[in-house]
Amino acid sequence: MIELSGLTKRYGEKVAVNNLTFTVRPGIVTGFLGPNGAGKSTTMRMMLGLDRPTAGDVRIDGQHYDRLKDPLKYIGALLDAKAMHGGRSAFNHLLCLAQSNGIPRSRVHEVLDTVGLTSVARKKAKGFSLGMGQRLGIAGALLGDPRILMFDEPVNGLDPEGIHWIRNLMKSLAAQGRTVFVSSHLMSEMALTADHLVVIGQGRLLADTSMADFIAQNSRSHVRIRTPQRERLLDVLHGAGILVVETGGGVLEVDGGKSEHIGELAAQHQIVLHELSPQRASLEEAFMQLTAESVEYHAHADTPAPAPAGELGRFEQPAPQWGDDWTRS
Amino acid sequence: MAATQVIRSEWTKIRSVASTVWTLSLAVVVTIALGMLISAFTGNEFDNMSRDDRLSFDPTFISFAGMSLGQLAMIVFGVLVVSNEYSTGMIRTSLAAVPQRGTFLFSKIAVATGLALVVGLATSFVTFFLGQAMLGSHRASIGDDGVLRAVIGGGLYMTLIAVFSMGVATMLRSPMLSLGILMPFFFLISNILGNVSATKKIGRYLPDQAGSKIMQVVTPIDDDTPYGPWGGFGIMALWAVAALAGGYLLLKKRDA
Repeated sequence: MIELSGLTKRYGEKVAVNNLTFTVRPGIVTGFLGPNGAGKSTTMRMMLGLDRPTAGDVRIDGQHYDRLKDPLKYIGALLDAKAMHGGRSAFNHLLCLAQSNGIPRSRVHEVLDTVGLTSVARKKAKGFSLGMGQRLGIAGALLGDPRILMFDEPVNGLDPEGIHWIRNLMKSLAAQGRTVFVSSHLMSEMALTADHLVVIGQGRLLADTSMADFIAQNSRSHVRIRTPQRERLLDVLHGAGILVVETGGGVLEVDGGKSEHIGELAAQHQIVLHELSPQRASLEEAFMQLTAESVEYHAHADTPAPAPAGELGRFEQPAPQWGDDWTRS
Repeated sequence: MAATQVIRSEWTKIRSVASTVWTLSLAVVVTIALGMLISAFTGNEFDNMSRDDRLSFDPTFISFAGMSLGQLAMIVFGVLVVSNEYSTGMIRTSLAAVPQRGTFLFSKIAVATGLALVVGLATSFVTFFLGQAMLGSHRASIGDDGVLRAVIGGGLYMTLIAVFSMGVATMLRSPMLSLGILMPFFFLISNILGNVSATKKIGRYLPDQAGSKIMQVVTPIDDDTPYGPWGGFGIMALWAVAALAGGYLLLKKRDA
């Protein structure tokens, strides 16, 4: 259990983290989502006592981080896979961490085995690929067999196999009753792993909700219809008390409607339909809309702008991957 | 958090990186080799020296002449032990494992200091005996008055140079910045300040100028240094303590 209350971090005039209050609960994967620069890493560093909050408080199982005896046994974190001395072997890197927290040497072998690095245990970390470095960082997080695990952007730069491995690891850790807190800037990634979602933008809390609720609230579903007998269909649907929106180009949309029901009505009245398709707004779009105002680094004009809020839910074109259309400027 | 755990961890850290081996080896080799060379040269030139120079001839101090260069390797050792944590990003992993920053820093310093002391003392004794062998008939004996103190002092001097560097590196974090300040300071600036008459009175309170007094057995003629061998060593120790205190205070309050 991690409890944040009123957590704030200011760098001079700039507020990096603004009055965050939420709780990360055990037994589930909690996704920590926000665009780049939203304050995710700063928040995580404050959770580990690395950065000092300007105001507010973080408690790990009710205690401040620096009050924990042997903290690696409470909370294991992967902040940055490169946060290690490249000249040290994987084994020695883990050994020095283990020794500092009174963890037996045998556990080093265990975690190396868990992450699949046993064969390169004596090799220097600087020769490792990004994926291997990430695995070594995760081995360090698992070292103390902690009840709480924290991963900052764990899938960044990994190949599909590595991504798959990390997803399954996080799910199995949560299934063992542990608290798993993982940050990402990709909604699609969170949708696959997280049970609960904490969304921040420009350091402020934007949402703290279960994934199911987030999907239900944010992915508006509707039915898209095209017909040559537009007037008749409108009459029929109106008669059945179904609200229809005309969106131009001969397309009709029914909010939250059931396509089966509409299809049956059309058949009863012998109306020809050219299209009857249920549509779902992607979570990526929902997230983008949620954080639209808080994205710090907007794209320049030469890339297509994100869909304006009013058009959310219509997608003639596939939604771009979130973040594709803006770059750090 | 038991300090013994952290000390064991820091020992693993220090013994598992190559920089420890090469910096300390370099300190040993340079100090001994240069000391022997200068001792041999001075031994041969003894008869050509002025009467005053011959009267104040200090064979013990001469054999430590290599330390002026050897100490630079000790500085690199001290700087890298600390700043490696920062330049690699390891510091965040380390402080997450040991959030008590005082325990972290002083365990690291204790381990590095212990290692520097062992290497420093061994170097000092070897340098002394090999240097005296080169001096031939002008040599001093370890049993002579003040010689054992000077030889042990040589080891302590090398240790404190490393400790001072660790303190400075803790404050500055960057290895390049730390070395860029410490190397020219100890190799050039301190020597200039300590030997130019205008700045001598201040220069002799600099860490290396004061500390090297402990390696002197024969006081030079016209020497008006207001402190003795241990007084000088004490001044150097104060510098080291001040650097460590500064480093500790900054580490304590800074974001990692």
